[in-house]
Amino acid sequence: MSAKEYRTASAARGGLLTVADVPNIAFGDRVRIRDQQGNTRNGQVIRSSNEEVLVQVFEGTAELDLESTWVRFLDEPVEIALSPEILGRVFNGLGEPRDYRPPIVSNLRRSISAAAFNPAARTYPKEFIQTGVSTIDGLNSLVRGQKLPIFSASGLPHNRLAAQIVRQAKLPDDDSRFSVVFAAMGVSYSDARFFQEEFASSGVLGNVVMFVNMADDPPVERLTLPRMALTAAEYLAFDLDRHVLVVMTDMTHYAEALREVATAKGDVPARKGYPGYLYSDLAEIYERSGRIKDRHGSITLVPVLSMPSDDITHPIPDLTGYITEGQIVLSRELNNQGIYPPVHISPSLSRLMKDGIGKDFTREDHPHVSNQLYALYARALETRNLASIIGADELSARDRRYLEFADAFESRFVRQGEDEDRSIEETLNLAWDLLSAFPPQALTRVNETEIAKYHRQSE
Amino acid sequence: MKQTEKKGTIQDINGPIVTIKLPGVQNGEQVRIGSLGLYGEVISLEGEEALAQIYESTEMVRPGEPAEGLGHPLSVELGPGLIGGIFDGVQRPLEEMFLKAGDQIPRGLSPLPLDREKLWRFVPSETLEPNMPIIGGARLGVVQETETVEHRIIVPPDIEGELIELAPEGDYNLEETIGQVRDRRGQVRHLKLYHRWPVRKPRPYQSRDNGVEPLITGQRILDTFFPLLKGSKCAVPGPFGAGKTVVQHQVARWANADIVIYVGCGERGNELVDVLDSFPKLKDPYTDRPLMDRTLLIANTSNMPVVAREASIYVGITIAEYYRDQGYDVVMLADSTSRWAEALREVSGRLGQMPVEEGYPAYLASRLAAFYERAGRVETMDCGKGSITLIGAVSPPGGDFSEPVTSHTKEIIQTFWALSKELADARHYPAIDWVDSFSADVGTAAEWWHESIDRGWEKRRAQALGMLARDAELSRIVNLVGPEALSSAQRWVLEGATLIKEGVLQQSALDPVDTFSSPEKQFMLLDLILSVYDEGAALIELGVPVQELAEMPVLARLRRCKELYDSSQTDQLKAFRNEALKDFKEIHSEYAQRGEQTA
Ligand SMILES: Nc1ncnc2c1ncn2[C@@H]1O[C@H](COP(=O)(O)OP(=O)(O)O)[C@@H](O)[C@H]1O
Ligand SMILES: [Mg+2]
Repeated sequence: MSAKEYRTASAARGGLLTVADVPNIAFGDRVRIRDQQGNTRNGQVIRSSNEEVLVQVFEGTAELDLESTWVRFLDEPVEIALSPEILGRVFNGLGEPRDYRPPIVSNLRRSISAAAFNPAARTYPKEFIQTGVSTIDGLNSLVRGQKLPIFSASGLPHNRLAAQIVRQAKLPDDDSRFSVVFAAMGVSYSDARFFQEEFASSGVLGNVVMFVNMADDPPVERLTLPRMALTAAEYLAFDLDRHVLVVMTDMTHYAEALREVATAKGDVPARKGYPGYLYSDLAEIYERSGRIKDRHGSITLVPVLSMPSDDITHPIPDLTGYITEGQIVLSRELNNQGIYPPVHISPSLSRLMKDGIGKDFTREDHPHVSNQLYALYARALETRNLASIIGADELSARDRRYLEFADAFESRFVRQGEDEDRSIEETLNLAWDLLSAFPPQALTRVNETEIAKYHRQSE
Repeated sequence: MKQTEKKGTIQDINGPIVTIKLPGVQNGEQVRIGSLGLYGEVISLEGEEALAQIYESTEMVRPGEPAEGLGHPLSVELGPGLIGGIFDGVQRPLEEMFLKAGDQIPRGLSPLPLDREKLWRFVPSETLEPNMPIIGGARLGVVQETETVEHRIIVPPDIEGELIELAPEGDYNLEETIGQVRDRRGQVRHLKLYHRWPVRKPRPYQSRDNGVEPLITGQRILDTFFPLLKGSKCAVPGPFGAGKTVVQHQVARWANADIVIYVGCGERGNELVDVLDSFPKLKDPYTDRPLMDRTLLIANTSNMPVVAREASIYVGITIAEYYRDQGYDVVMLADSTSRWAEALREVSGRLGQMPVEEGYPAYLASRLAAFYERAGRVETMDCGKGSITLIGAVSPPGGDFSEPVTSHTKEIIQTFWALSKELADARHYPAIDWVDSFSADVGTAAEWWHESIDRGWEKRRAQALGMLARDAELSRIVNLVGPEALSSAQRWVLEGATLIKEGVLQQSALDPVDTFSSPEKQFMLLDLILSVYDEGAALIELGVPVQELAEMPVLARLRRCKELYDSSQTDQLKAFRNEALKDFKEIHSEYAQRGEQTA
């Protein structure tokens, strides 16, 4: 650690501090700043030349006075100390304890900006995780090592759904070691408390590492927080062989913090003021999930984000969807009808489902059943639309069947209790209950063998 | 030419853009910077200072550290050993890096792309003799690269002169001399099994040629409705989840190409793993050899450094040109060109260049056009024919096709496979929108279909598209005033259109039978469904209620034909056709009789 402190700060703007005349400072170097009250702030070098160094200050530059600001360059990247002791602990976005317990002491320190995984080192995620939620297991299955976000919006029960997934997620016939990494960015106290109580009451708290940045904590810390969390997750998964479920909320606050810093730096904006590199930046986070050859552990990532103004084409959900392996989309309409979980299946998708379900994984009819439900529901929604124009009475008998299906699907398949943990078998049987309202020849996505075996009329 | 060593120092680090003081360095030259020796490329010069874009993360690099110029632009190695491999955006071999350096890609490591120790059996061309004049692109001999690919060793395009000596048949490694040429300046050039070529410089050919035959992809909506010629340019735009990657993977699997180059440009790591895992197990339907034997992957996944993303598609297209020059039909898939454009935007933003639309620099359109221009069917220097078919995925923000990358691309390409979110949401796959998509090559494709498959192709294709258009129109009416407003004939059009959608257009990439449809099968399905429609339409004229037709059990089977009979089972498909049409004939005679009785 270099002992030298500089008092050459020449400008402070937004979260950025310019320091003049400091030679040979490394790009990405960690910085400690002492302000006139003697308080310390943390920062990182984001541009470096011999004339001038630009420092991103995590706590912001409010109330800094250039004259009496002392800057020290630590000559190390932003790192996190790792040991098995991190389980059960709560940290802030800089990896400092926020549970009033001592910091982690360990020789193992890792830079939080890890190099990218070599695609040749990955193995394709294939193991079905049962979440007990029919709309996920049956129609948008999650597999170990997948990144599957929840697209939500203000006032929707994304936290409850995330908590239910954490509580219920399991691999059929497997009880290997499992941990949770929870990363909260810009969340309210009540949300943070909700999760803490959830973890405590379901008895997993000792297996959870929490990284928390509250709504009134410095926004810039939200930029390092997910990277801290994922570095911890990688340690648990690939050093300690654990299966790690990472829940991150709310990625929208993360992206907003990124925009704030980008604007202060004068970066060229692309859409809605977000910098052009938002995609690559989010990808650096999301792509840290997965499975690696010859490693036992895995990182499954469930980021939660709120869609500003319920708009799925907003850059944050849009770019996320372009990176993640699907998305679970929540619907205000279903929520208003009192349906929990209000999963809107049409725009929801799991890209890794295809290799994790079916004969050797869940049940042989699963892929076709899922497809069939999708096709029927799409048609049923069209019919509902038509009925709202011409009146349900004007519909043909065939169309009325679709209308009834839409209602049954939403109230029986989509809707379930917050503590209701359905097995995949139960979910698929429930699906056949609904499919059996149609004559076999109307079901063209399932095959004839499956109809013979599961369709109620053929019994 | 002896390169003088150029040494200098780093002045400023701004993420991937680094200013170096390096007198004498050229624009475009490769550099190595810092104590780790990170690779990069000079993108502009001002006085003694050069701006370089660095392919790797510059974390913990500091001003004052050394920098050196390597004396050549970004180039690729071209020779046997490419096929079957996976390389990063600057052609570093990823398998080897994994074995050497572990799970994550370390910085400053740069193993050679091609194996130097492996011996290849070289068989010289019989027509060549010493003292013959020889030009760049001329074939020196062949090496069996994989069981499918005969690698034709060619003279590098920039060498021309007189052949002094050619090695006899034997086993050679890449560094051994297999031929000597005295060039025009009298210098003796030693030729090896490989050579290097700068990626930003298109490789030369004799002349451009028109496309003559369609690329058969085995995907019905592509081949039958929006055909793409070998040597053509094509874009696949669509919002996330609409199916761009699946379309590209399907083409990589089933296209009747000699060589497939798949560039994962700023997309998911797992999608490349999917190819690496599945291709060796899948058989090329034309050669019956594992698909990996003709495939090569370039990977710059979304989390890899963005500057190498910009390079990756040039690395891909240069390798494509190299196989084209050997007389092959190459397909190059780039998923996604939008990420490449974004990489361009990021670098231009860091350079403080004036953005024109959505942050993109003014040269976006011309760079895109120049890149797509490297596709085409050509007469090679060696007087053979070779082609590159270029298929680029486009990822418009918010699915909005009016954004800059999509709209500029649309002006360059000949075939446009537009993916729709509505179709994907209804799990109608491939979610290719038959209204927004187009192909400028239907005429040429028709000649091929008429010659090789059936003379009725163009008519049937037009009939189907016409019915789909009618369907859209009639559905609008239904949505205004309800189904009662339609006549029986109109309702039968709706049924017919549904049959086309379900029985022809929808094609599951996941179904082992349906995933590939030969041209014969494609036409038979289309013709069968339209024949059924025609028969039905005639019956409706006779007064048969549309309800009775719609409920015929044979229709449910008709929708499933695509997955019941594979491409080799055309006889069974014919038998089913006869059966199906017989059902209609029966109703016909029944009603005809009734008609006579009442008359
Ligand atoms: N032809 C197809 N057959 C079956 N499934 C498909 C097909 N096309 C797309 N899909 C489904 O859609 C998902 C998303 O497709 P993908 O190509 O990854 O979308 P994009 O690249 O446009 O984001 C796939 O994971 C798969 O489940
Ligand atoms: Mg894709």
